[in-house]
Amino acid sequence: MSNDREILTGEHFMNGNVACAEGAIAAGCRFFAGYPITPSSEIAERISERFPEIGGIFIQMEDELASMCAILGASWGGVKSMTCTSGPGFSLMQENLGLGVMMETPCVLVNIQRGGPSTGLPTLVGQQDMMQARWGSHGDYEIIALCPSSPQELFDFTIKAFNLSEMYRVPVLVMGDEVVGHMSERVVIPPKEKIKLLPRRMYTGPPEEYLPFKPDKDLVPPMVIAGEGYHIHITGLTHDEKGYPEISAEAQKKLVPRLVNKIKKNADKIIEIEESNTGDAEVIVVSYGISARTSLRAIELAREEGIKVGMLRLITVWPFPEKRIYQLASKVAGFVVPEINLGQIVYEVERAAKGKTRATLVPHAGGHIHDPKDILQAIRSTLK
Amino acid sequence: MLLSSLGEKKMKYWRKPLDADKVKVPHGTVRIVKDRCKGCGFCVEYCPRNVLEISDEFNVKGYHPPYVKNEEDCVNCGLCELICPEFAIYSILEEELEEKDEQ
Amino acid sequence: MNEKHPMDYLLREDRIPHIWCPGCGIGSSVSCFIMALEESGLDLKKVAVVSGIGCTGRVAGYVKLDSFHTTHGRAIPFATGLALANPDLKVIVYSGDGDLIAIGGNHFIHAARRNVNMTVICINNFLYAMTGGQVGPTTPLFAKASTSPYGNFEQPFNLVHLAAASGAVYVARWTALHLRRLTKAMVEAFKKKGFSFIEVISPCPTSYARRNRLGDGLAQMKFYHDNSIIRHGADPKDTDIGFQTKIVVGKFIDKERPDHYTFMTQELEKVTGGKK
Repeated sequence: MSNDREILTGEHFMNGNVACAEGAIAAGCRFFAGYPITPSSEIAERISERFPEIGGIFIQMEDELASMCAILGASWGGVKSMTCTSGPGFSLMQENLGLGVMMETPCVLVNIQRGGPSTGLPTLVGQQDMMQARWGSHGDYEIIALCPSSPQELFDFTIKAFNLSEMYRVPVLVMGDEVVGHMSERVVIPPKEKIKLLPRRMYTGPPEEYLPFKPDKDLVPPMVIAGEGYHIHITGLTHDEKGYPEISAEAQKKLVPRLVNKIKKNADKIIEIEESNTGDAEVIVVSYGISARTSLRAIELAREEGIKVGMLRLITVWPFPEKRIYQLASKVAGFVVPEINLGQIVYEVERAAKGKTRATLVPHAGGHIHDPKDILQAIRSTLK
Repeated sequence: MLLSSLGEKKMKYWRKPLDADKVKVPHGTVRIVKDRCKGCGFCVEYCPRNVLEISDEFNVKGYHPPYVKNEEDCVNCGLCELICPEFAIYSILEEELEEKDEQ
Repeated sequence: MNEKHPMDYLLREDRIPHIWCPGCGIGSSVSCFIMALEESGLDLKKVAVVSGIGCTGRVAGYVKLDSFHTTHGRAIPFATGLALANPDLKVIVYSGDGDLIAIGGNHFIHAARRNVNMTVICINNFLYAMTGGQVGPTTPLFAKASTSPYGNFEQPFNLVHLAAASGAVYVARWTALHLRRLTKAMVEAFKKKGFSFIEVISPCPTSYARRNRLGDGLAQMKFYHDNSIIRHGADPKDTDIGFQTKIVVGKFIDKERPDHYTFMTQELEKVTGGKK
């Protein structure tokens, strides 16, 4: 597999979407199905250009329903697979995102968020799909979602997303946004040997003993792929360990809580946050994606005024770092949550704080990043 | 078994084939997995040799499975196996059956 | 129920009896399918069946092959991903008319257009059977369904015409009674590179026949017997199906056109010099 076109080791000046595509390639993704949508299309464009030289399959499907479904099929065909989209396309993908959860299929879905609802602001930024990422498909499930704040992180987190999806056999979401996707910055692509990749958790025992949905200790079942003689049956219906449909409350109780718990009970291993100056902070800004970067300026200004402000940046938004938020809640006068929506993650912060302190939303309807002064104002008023 | 010995009444020809007395017609034995049957009647209706008939007996699911009425007439054509939507009926070539029994 | 059947080796026999009603034709088509797999000599390790939702969607759950029971209408895109990711697989989509042609209609025409390597077997029972017999895109004009209690007044799709016009390289239609011909069509379709399509007109005694007072499954089979016209090579546009009208069956299209995967990889190699 040695191929120097696979990983473009070196320093680059590239936009976030291109970095995302390079991250996928570096992670070993060799199947991409997608449908054009602004502001995510550069990912598909870059992949369509790059895949032929490294032996990947790119296909532009007829819609996002098909795109999401095709990457599930490809994953069961034994190839790491990905799709990317934005707002309206993300809505269409929810159906088969649920299928991916039910079939426990590793794959990656990148959402370069724009302003909504509906067609909304195709070319302008939003962070309005954060709750859809958590609850968008019907039924109970848990998901993993990462939030990059820079082109470099779009590269790094796409690799991370592939690793997590293989580790936990769940579709993993990369929740970027238009600004991060279209911003061009320095991106460092490390040498191949420095890129840590997790292999698929393959079952290696005798085929007659294989049960596709019998979990290991960490609640994740090992996988096989099509064409190896296991004669697996994989369904979106509630199923038993054999994979056979079982339409009963008992089967549901055995399956769905496990799908939820394989993420919940491993949450401490999955969750990543970045903290700065939270030790002595009176106010903590909790943010993610591009809004976390806007907050840095506000924090700087507040510190100049002598306000002790800390920062907690969500790298994994889902599962949500509720334990850490609760720990910090009793030490601060309040959380400030800037997000480019009219209130989504702020309610999660509020829930995690369990009344120990308040969480103040710095809303933005979308189309632009925050003015740092608005965040500063919220920091100031938290101390009043 | 020779075709002629099957009895003219079973097979009507508008013109008797020239090699009719040389052609060896296979003979099959019908096997019925009674409890899989849902009594659709496809096999009874479409058996080209009218070997089968619906029985009066009930299977575990309460359907009337077919029974072999004219055992001698089965030519092991396999149509019953193909048309049965329930994987509940098939025939075995008699010679194979004999070989099987000998083993 | 310990008695064995010769087809059991390809069935998930622990799941038999299946859910299909007495007199339904799906089971008969599956017998033909198993026979066709046997005759085609395909490596069964490399055969994958993908279904959508509905009565026919349950086929994936009964055949002892790698099998995927996906979401409503999405069998074809799932199969597209599977077939492209692993070109060694023979991917067979086995689903119903509502699933493939209504909710999945867009995927159907695009997979045919691309000529993706797959065989699509569509059991057409003229309505949504699993959900209680609602009208669908194949319901003949004037036929009754649970959501067209006074009759259907929408022109149905002619599936073989649709498949042919979209670019399928193999298109055939048989009824559930044409067992040998259906089996042969499946064998031919499996051997074909590209998008092959077989429509199987099938009795639905519980929904379609009951609502239209057509008797049981056997009565529908007899109707096919008396009213099917075999016309190989007929122009698919001349094969519309009306309510209890003659049914033109046969092999309509069998042509050569480079399949999506082969064509794409060959051409890309010419342009880019291939994988370095």
